[in-house]
Amino acid sequence: MNHLDALEAESIYILREAFAKLDRLAILWSLGKDSNVVLWLARKAFFGHVPFPVLHVDTGKKFPEMYAFRDRYAKEWGLNFIAEPCPPIEAVDPTLPPAARSAARKTLGLKQALEKHGFEGLILGIRRDEEALRAKERYFSPRGADNSWDMKDQPPEFWNQYMTDFPPGTHVRVHPILHWTEVDIWRYTKRENIPVIDLYFARDGKRYRSLGDRDITFPVASEARTIDEIIRELETTKVPERAGRALDHETEDAFERLRAAGYM
Amino acid sequence: MTSEDRPLKIVIVGHVDHGKSTLVGRLLHDTGSLPEGKVEAIRAMSERRGMPFEWAFLLDAIQAERDQGITIDTTQIRFRTERRPYVIIDAPGHKEFLKNMVTGAANSEAALLLIDAAEGVQEQSRRHGYLLHLLGVRQVAVLVNKMDLVGYAAERFGQVAEDYRAYLAGLGVEPVAFIPVSAREGDNIVRHSPAMPWYQGPSVVETLDRFAHLPPPVDRPLRMPVQDVYKFDHRRIIAGRIESGSLAVGDEVVFSPSNKTARIRTIEAWNVPEAPERASAGQSIGVTLDEQIFIERGEVMSHLEGAPMESNVFRARIFWLGQVPLETGRQYLMKLGTTETRVTVEAIERVIDTDDLSSRPADRIPRNGAGEVVLRARRLLAVDEYESNPATGRFVLVEDYRPVGGGIISMEGYPDQRRLVTVKSTNIHAVGHAVTREARQARNGHKGGVLWFTGLSGAGKSTLALALERELFAKGYHVYVLDGDNIRSGLNANLGFSPDDRAENIRRVGEVAALFADAGFIAISAFISPYRADRERARRAAGGDFHEIWVKASLETCERRDPKGLYRKARAGEIPDFTGISSPYEPPESPELVIATDELPEEECLARLVRYVEEHFRT
Repeated sequence: MNHLDALEAESIYILREAFAKLDRLAILWSLGKDSNVVLWLARKAFFGHVPFPVLHVDTGKKFPEMYAFRDRYAKEWGLNFIAEPCPPIEAVDPTLPPAARSAARKTLGLKQALEKHGFEGLILGIRRDEEALRAKERYFSPRGADNSWDMKDQPPEFWNQYMTDFPPGTHVRVHPILHWTEVDIWRYTKRENIPVIDLYFARDGKRYRSLGDRDITFPVASEARTIDEIIRELETTKVPERAGRALDHETEDAFERLRAAGYM
Repeated sequence: MTSEDRPLKIVIVGHVDHGKSTLVGRLLHDTGSLPEGKVEAIRAMSERRGMPFEWAFLLDAIQAERDQGITIDTTQIRFRTERRPYVIIDAPGHKEFLKNMVTGAANSEAALLLIDAAEGVQEQSRRHGYLLHLLGVRQVAVLVNKMDLVGYAAERFGQVAEDYRAYLAGLGVEPVAFIPVSAREGDNIVRHSPAMPWYQGPSVVETLDRFAHLPPPVDRPLRMPVQDVYKFDHRRIIAGRIESGSLAVGDEVVFSPSNKTARIRTIEAWNVPEAPERASAGQSIGVTLDEQIFIERGEVMSHLEGAPMESNVFRARIFWLGQVPLETGRQYLMKLGTTETRVTVEAIERVIDTDDLSSRPADRIPRNGAGEVVLRARRLLAVDEYESNPATGRFVLVEDYRPVGGGIISMEGYPDQRRLVTVKSTNIHAVGHAVTREARQARNGHKGGVLWFTGLSGAGKSTLALALERELFAKGYHVYVLDGDNIRSGLNANLGFSPDDRAENIRRVGEVAALFADAGFIAISAFISPYRADRERARRAAGGDFHEIWVKASLETCERRDPKGLYRKARAGEIPDFTGISSPYEPPESPELVIATDELPEEECLARLVRYVEEHFRT
C-alpha cells in the first residue's frame, strides 16, 4: 500500500461512516481541486454513485471556466446537483474588511442553504495543511444551531471512532481529506486522471494555486503548465498555498473570526 | 538512508511548559521546513507587541493562545528531514486539555516525550507516558529539555533520565532513546551540541529517522467490521475496511456475532483497470457474496479459522475523559469497530494512580483517571483481545453524545461464548424432518405455536390455561399446558429457586414450548416469568409462532385472592424474592393480548382467549 492508497482508504472510510450515520447528508462542491477529489473519493466509496446531493453555494462571482466545469461534470457524473445563491452583500456585516466580508457573504449563503434543505451533515474538502486554524479541525466537527464552531471545546477523536450522534439542533461538518496535503491532491489527481479547471495551469508566468471569487483571488508567479510541473513546483516552494487569497491577509484574526462563525 | 514519501505521524507530549511548542518551532526552522517569511513575520509581530521572540509563536497561530500563553488544541504541522516527511502533532500539556492530547497521540505512530531538566519528572510526564502506552504508541523517545538552564550538566540529565526510565519500566515500556536537548538553543536537535560533549547518542532528528512506519497488520487473522451494505444497483455490496489480515475471491467467511457464513464472490472497485482478486489490511473495500444472507452494519467478517471471540461481558483497561466520573452501574454507549451497543459497568476492579502506578479498589474513575473495569452488554459482541488484535480490541465510550473514554479489551476469566450459541458439528442438520410443518398443519387443521401466559402470582394464569386447554381440546386442537408442576417434577427436577435456576427454568420451558409448537401443538405456558429478557429469549426460541399474553391483575387484587397463601407468607418474610413483593415484575411492553382478570368475569376472559386462538391458529 503506498502513501496515496493509504490516504484514499482513510477518506473512503470517513465518507462511508458519514453516509451510514448521518441522515440528511450533502457534499459541498466549490469546483476547486480539493472538492473535486472529495467527489471522486465519494464515487470510489460508493462504487460509482454519489448517494447524496452535491451543493454549490454560488457567490455569482466565480470564473466563467468554473461555471462551465460545474455544468459539464454535474451532468457527466450524474450528480444530484443543487445550486444555491448567496444573499446580497448589503446583508453582511459592513465592519468586516472587503475580502472577509465577501467570504462572510458566502458563509451566510451556506447557512441559508443548510436551513432550506435541512441538511444535518455537510462534507467539505478542507485540509489541515492549508491554514493554521484548519489544522485544528476534527474529521467530524459538530456545529451549533447558529452554525458556530467551538474551537476550544472540540470532542476528542481517536481510534477511528467519530462523533456521529448529536443533540437536536447540531449539524456536523465532515472533512474526509483533512489529512491530505496540497501535493497529495495533485499526485492523486494525476494518478486518477481527475479533470481540473485550466486556471490552475500557468499562463504568461502566472497561475492560480487556490480558486475563489474572481475579485478576491489572485494568481501567483509560476511556470507550471502541467500537473507534473505543479508537483515539482510544490516540492520546492515555500510560498503558502493561500497566498493569492486576499481574505487571509487582511488582519491577523480575520480568518479565525470567519471560521468561528461557520466559514469552511 | 533511503528517502520515503509517506509522512511519519509523531506526537510531542509532556508536562505544561516543558517546551513542546518550542521544540516544534525549532524542528521546523532547523530542518528548513518553514514557508518563506514566516519567522520574519513572527519576529515583527513580537516586536509590535513588545514581547521577546519565542519559537512557540510559530504554532500559536490563534489569538486566544497567544493571550493565554498555552496551546489549546493539537496542531498538525509538517516538516521533512533528508530521510522522510513528518507530521508532528503538538499535543498540549495542560491537564485541562487531556482529551486533545489523546486525540493527537492516538493518531500517531511514534512519540517524543519532553521533560524539563530543571523541574524534572512531573504529574503530566507520568500521565502522558501511561496514556501513550494505553493508546498503543510503542515507539517513544524521551527528551530532557532546557539543558541550558542546568548548565548542560551530565549529572542532572542522568538523574531525570533514571527517574523516568524507572517509571516506564513499571509499564513495560522501553524508550528507544533519552536525549539531552535545549529546544530554545537548538542543542542536539539536528546536530550534536558542542555544549554537551559527554553525550554520544543520536540527535532528535536522527532518532526520528530511526523510527519506522508500522506496517498494516496483514499477518494477523482477517477482520473486516461491516460499515454498510449497499444496493445502489444490481450488486449487493458489503462495505468496510480490512483492519487486519487479507482475503481473496472464493474465501469462505463468517460474520460475527450472527455466525452466518458465505463465500466471497467478487471484490468490487470503481475506476480500476481490472477487478481485484485479493485485498488486505488497510484497504477500504467492498465484496459481494455467493449467498444472499442478511448482514448488517456492526458485524465482523473473518475467516472461519481464527474468528473473533463472542461475549457479552469482558474486562477492559480504560482511560476516562468525562466530566462526570465513570461509576459502577452506569450505562454508556460503546463504539467497537462499527458496532454500537449499550454497556453497563458491572464492576470497577481497580483505579490506577498514574503517578506511581499503584492501584486501589474504588467505585468510580474520575476525569483524567485510568482503571480496570468489567463491562456487560445486552447482547453478544464479536471481540478481540487488544494484545492479539488492537484494531478490533479497543473501544470508545460515549455519554450525552460525547466520547468520554477509551478502553482496551482483555478476556481474562471470561469464556468465548461462540460455542454456546453455535451448532458446531456439521452432522447436526437443523433436524431434517421428513414431515414438514405444512403437512402437520394440513392434517391438524391449525398451526402450532406458543401461548406464553405471564403475570403475577394469583392473576389467574393456571386457571385460565387449564380452562383454555379443555376448550381447545374439545374443538379438536392439539393443545398442551406446561406449568410449574409438570415441568419442575421432571425435566427441571435439578433446579432450585435461585435467580440463576429460575432463569434456567424459564429457558427450558421456552425451548420445550418451541418443540411442542414445531410438532404442531399449541403449547400454553403458565409461569410468572417476571423478566422481559427471559420472555424475549423464549420468543426467539419459538421463531415466529410466539404469542405473549399478559394475564393482568393488580397486585392488590392478587394479594386479596392469594389462592395459595403465598402473599401472606411473603409479607411475613417467609418467602424471599417473591415477585411483586420483594422482587420486580417487568410488565410486557407490547404483548399480543392482554386479559384483565380483575375487570372481566372468568367466562369473558376465556371467550376472548378462544376467539384469539381461532383467529390466529385455524388454517
